[in-house]
Amino acid sequence: MGAGGGSNDVQWCFSQVKGAIDDDVAEADIISTVEFNHSGELLATGDKGGRVVIFQQEMENKSQPQCRSEYNVYSTFQSHEPEFDYLKSLEIEEKINKIRWLPQKNAAQFLLSTNDKTIKLWKISERDKRPEGYNLKEEDGRYIDPNTVTALRVPVFRPMDLMVEASPRRVFANAHTYHINSISINSDHETYLSADDLRINLWHQEITDRSFNIVDIKPANMEELTEVITAAEFHPHQCNTFVYSSSKGTIRLCDMRASALCDTHSKLFEEPEDPSNRSFFSEIISSISDVKFSHNGRYMMTRDYLSVKIWDLNMESRPVETYQVHEYLRNKLCSLYENDCIFDKFECCWNGNDSVVMTGSYNNFFRMFDRGQRRDVTLEASREGSKPQQVLKPRKVCADGKRKKDEISVDSLDFNKKILHTAWHPQDNVIAVATTNNLYIFQDKVN
Amino acid sequence: MDVSAEAKRIMAVSISKLYASRAQRGGMRLHRSLLLSVVMRSARDLYHSACLAKEREELGTAHLVPVTPEEDAMDTTASGEQVEVEVSQVKPEPESPLTPTIHEPMSSDSEATQGACKTRTFIGKETVEDKENRSPVSPDRHSRKRRGKASVAPDFLPSKRARLSLELGEERVLRTGGRTCCRAGDVFTTLSLNSNRAIAAF
Repeated sequence: MGAGGGSNDVQWCFSQVKGAIDDDVAEADIISTVEFNHSGELLATGDKGGRVVIFQQEMENKSQPQCRSEYNVYSTFQSHEPEFDYLKSLEIEEKINKIRWLPQKNAAQFLLSTNDKTIKLWKISERDKRPEGYNLKEEDGRYIDPNTVTALRVPVFRPMDLMVEASPRRVFANAHTYHINSISINSDHETYLSADDLRINLWHQEITDRSFNIVDIKPANMEELTEVITAAEFHPHQCNTFVYSSSKGTIRLCDMRASALCDTHSKLFEEPEDPSNRSFFSEIISSISDVKFSHNGRYMMTRDYLSVKIWDLNMESRPVETYQVHEYLRNKLCSLYENDCIFDKFECCWNGNDSVVMTGSYNNFFRMFDRGQRRDVTLEASREGSKPQQVLKPRKVCADGKRKKDEISVDSLDFNKKILHTAWHPQDNVIAVATTNNLYIFQDKVN
Repeated sequence: MDVSAEAKRIMAVSISKLYASRAQRGGMRLHRSLLLSVVMRSARDLYHSACLAKEREELGTAHLVPVTPEEDAMDTTASGEQVEVEVSQVKPEPESPLTPTIHEPMSSDSEATQGACKTRTFIGKETVEDKENRSPVSPDRHSRKRRGKASVAPDFLPSKRARLSLELGEERVLRTGGRTCCRAGDVFTTLSLNSNRAIAAF
């Protein structure tokens, strides 16, 4: 499972873990999104308390070539605050639903972060010099009496301790009636889309007071509502193409050149339902929680409750690959409905060369599927496996009663420990896996 | 476990979740409400078809007065309990996990019920239209195509008079402190109005 597509097995090792150790999780600390930037040097997380924490990979440690460099905190800021919608008497949560990095254009970094209603563009810049030698100001800021000044000097820039500043540059508000679930930056580097349950809007990155509605699936009579939008993403290369997934398990590909309003899809991706699997909960588990294009733009991946599917953009009738994440849960859907786990929205991600896909599961397990080698592995993010460079041992869940040694039975799984958010470095075999309130970083064993 | 009892339980769980989501921070989530309503509808459809099937067995064929379980449920609680009693008297389905058990009734019983509805109207050499059970999306009745929630409500409420008593029923439920009761009658009275209210809030 190598990033280079080689036949050598990748061994994943623990690298770092970020976050509090105690089991008592503060709700604000629950991680709600994880995203690498385009170079992989920066790793951003958002949490339920509306904060964004950015980690930066240090320069390679030449003296220890066997380990990759670590990620350390680079910047922390409060992105969103709780708000109140007075008209509807509803509180607007500050939880960060998504973070997306803009491609870097200059020395500063930019990212978009969104909660349920408002998207913000943040500029993260470094300051490592400051002007010194003012004529009318002391170094500590006190003003000098002009009468005491006898000579003039020109202030000069001198080095200072690195300071990383985050400032909100744009606020894109009041465009969504329903809860925003996705943002996606266009390959044209000028526009981006935001999607809520029923509508998708197109924005220009510079213009905050208006957006174009490009998809609207709200029925005239809300009682006729049958499906909602669950995720949306722009194609990585074709700036006119985007997809959105629905709660009914369908994906629609739209071409913005066809018409201003993309209510009519160009392609509809839908797999016929397997009648032998029909149950009360068929519709819930078919709801797509995440959709991601491959880096090469030829495929897209969808995540529903029990599986990950890879679709070829040229074939709408069925996915080209289907991977079962935790099929042993199919008989437990009723209990999972009662404890609300069936509503969990798992995300998925591709590795840098699209050969491996990854997604999370319960009991702090996460799964990787090697598309080329047709192999899969289950790993666990836990403090027990967190000695430096400790190789992760593959885990196995036993679905029936005959539990072998080292296997874990389905009934022993901890459904409160779920991995919903994972991210893969765009070039290297470095992954970030978020448990409830901890961020684990794993990397492949470099020999 | 009796399929209809399981269906009732799922309906009750769904309703309590819908109620609880009203108090959720951030307001009701449309996606979640939609999924809850879908499950509720499936459970209710299953419960209906199970009741109809049992009724058919007990009352025999031909010259049936088209009495629907909905009407029974919306009457006084006495008849609501009567429905329960009838259900429990029926021979239970063989012990099996919920999922496979549901599959059979949903695919065969509900189709059979729909077929039975049609059959009933034709047996007496009459072509009395089963107006009470007519769906506004009638061409799709035999297909598994998912229907909107609005088409569900009219099925469940055959007449304006019944709808009025349903609204009164809602007031009764709310005044009792909002706690969801799990009796068959109350489940039915709160069921449809909740699926509509969940959406009307938006």
